[in-house]
Amino acid sequence: MSLTEYRVLPGPESYLPPAAASMGVVLPDKGSALVEGGIVLKEEAMEKIVDKLLTAKNPVFFPGPLVLWAWKEGVAEKAKAIKEMAEAVGAKIIPMPDYRPKYPMINPAIEINPNHPNLTIWHNKIDACIFVGVHCHYANVALKMIRGGTDCYTMALCSEAGHEDAMISLRDFRIEDLYTMTEMIKKRKGEGK
Amino acid sequence: MIEQRVVEPPQLFEAEKETQFITGSEAVREAIRRANVEMAISYPITPQSESMHLVGDLFAEGYIKEYFRGENEFAVMSSVAGAAMGGVRVFTATGGPGTLRAFEAFSTWAGARLPIVCAFMTRGINSPLTIQPDTIEMAFMLDTGIIMLHAETAQDLHDMILRSFMIAEQTEVHIPVGVFVDGFFVTHTRDKVDIAPADMKLPPYDPYSSPVPVMDMENVPFRQMRDPFVMKSNYVSYSAHASWQQEVMAAAERARKYIHQYLGDLIETEYPDADILLIASGTAVSQSREAMAMARSEGFSVGLVKIKSIRPFPEKEIRELVRNAKAVIVPEFNRVGWLAREIKSVAEDTTKIVAGPRVYGGMTMPPNMIMDEIRRCSI
Repeated sequence: MSLTEYRVLPGPESYLPPAAASMGVVLPDKGSALVEGGIVLKEEAMEKIVDKLLTAKNPVFFPGPLVLWAWKEGVAEKAKAIKEMAEAVGAKIIPMPDYRPKYPMINPAIEINPNHPNLTIWHNKIDACIFVGVHCHYANVALKMIRGGTDCYTMALCSEAGHEDAMISLRDFRIEDLYTMTEMIKKRKGEGK
Repeated sequence: MIEQRVVEPPQLFEAEKETQFITGSEAVREAIRRANVEMAISYPITPQSESMHLVGDLFAEGYIKEYFRGENEFAVMSSVAGAAMGGVRVFTATGGPGTLRAFEAFSTWAGARLPIVCAFMTRGINSPLTIQPDTIEMAFMLDTGIIMLHAETAQDLHDMILRSFMIAEQTEVHIPVGVFVDGFFVTHTRDKVDIAPADMKLPPYDPYSSPVPVMDMENVPFRQMRDPFVMKSNYVSYSAHASWQQEVMAAAERARKYIHQYLGDLIETEYPDADILLIASGTAVSQSREAMAMARSEGFSVGLVKIKSIRPFPEKEIRELVRNAKAVIVPEFNRVGWLAREIKSVAEDTTKIVAGPRVYGGMTMPPNMIMDEIRRCSI
């Protein structure tokens, strides 16, 4: 497959899928987003995320340490907004509190770990997930493994530059965007779509 | 110490410059003076010693908050890693055997996503003992995961060091940058260098935008490990480690955009449509430029490609240039020809690539050596 044809799609892709960045997928500039390896406007990607969340059988939010502790001003508000968005979807929340591998294994019913994320996805039969508040390196490590071994549709709400390895990725994600998406979800649900 | 004000990077990089006639080592000092570096750690090794000595002077003047000498190169590179993990902007330099003595640290830096900037003043590798110019250590460094820039001149050295902090510290990049320069040829000779006013400095590093948690007492209280997996033999450990390595390589890919933004491009060309291309990096570019001028004055169709970024390597650009040339000559200051290997690894037709001429052990490269190859390729 040529680099330009590479698309970031639900797997299981392969035993060891490549980093999308090494296959020619580039991060979006400000105001844009990534959908399955292609650059689109941010608003279009937000619509797509709402679609995916509302049509999934078992969507789950994976909040990471950056939103699990009130380590700086504004984080508690952001965490609350994430919870409201998950509730609007009717999605479960399974936290990623820790980046170290846990042995002999994590309890996949209640947590996810970036080094073996597929245990949680398989155990809970998760078909769509949201990464939020996870440090970028650990998010990318996990996102590639999920694409390699599961058919879960991955979405990343990143407050930095975004993630090529997610199927949908927003960048510079702020609390206002959470409010906007929650409203979009409520509106869509109100319309019965 | 001159009172400095923080300015946005473009303001510093595009400021009206003063031309100074200084050595490469002094150009390093002037870059660090403006880089808002918080900490520098040094260990002397020729031809790097003077650079870090001059950086020490900056500490004495108050431009740097912390500066000390490590026990050896491995200790320095390990200390630098600790400083970067703690969230400070840090600088060091080494060269030759010092590079090899510290070798394990460089992959560790990359794997830990540390935005360290390190200058490598290259020299020969023992044995027999030599302190003379040679770029062979770059061959060893190619797969450590760090970004590798190769300076041709003191101006390059100054600009690459100063701007490397901006490349290294991007969240999606956040891996070390090594600025390599041919020892003695650049470090110990004087050249004209255009330098921004000394009352300007870069914005400070923001460790909280790092892709890995900064290890300070203000950050979120969770456990982390940046050298994990070795203690377990199972699929999860292997798979996570593989994904981790891929992510470090991906970070280098993402650096292309910022090398383009801050250094113009990964390559520079002169007469890229010529029949014969000289492709080089470091001071081999200067010798090639002389040879090109001689050749063109004799009517030969010769162009020059200067490779500034060795990692990430400009694969597409080089593939395209080699495709259109009738012959490619790769002059190098080392015995192994690592740049020729790199070029051959991306070229469609490797038979047109001449892996030389090469000199080493401190020898200079007369442009006539390159001219001889140009004549041979023109028959």
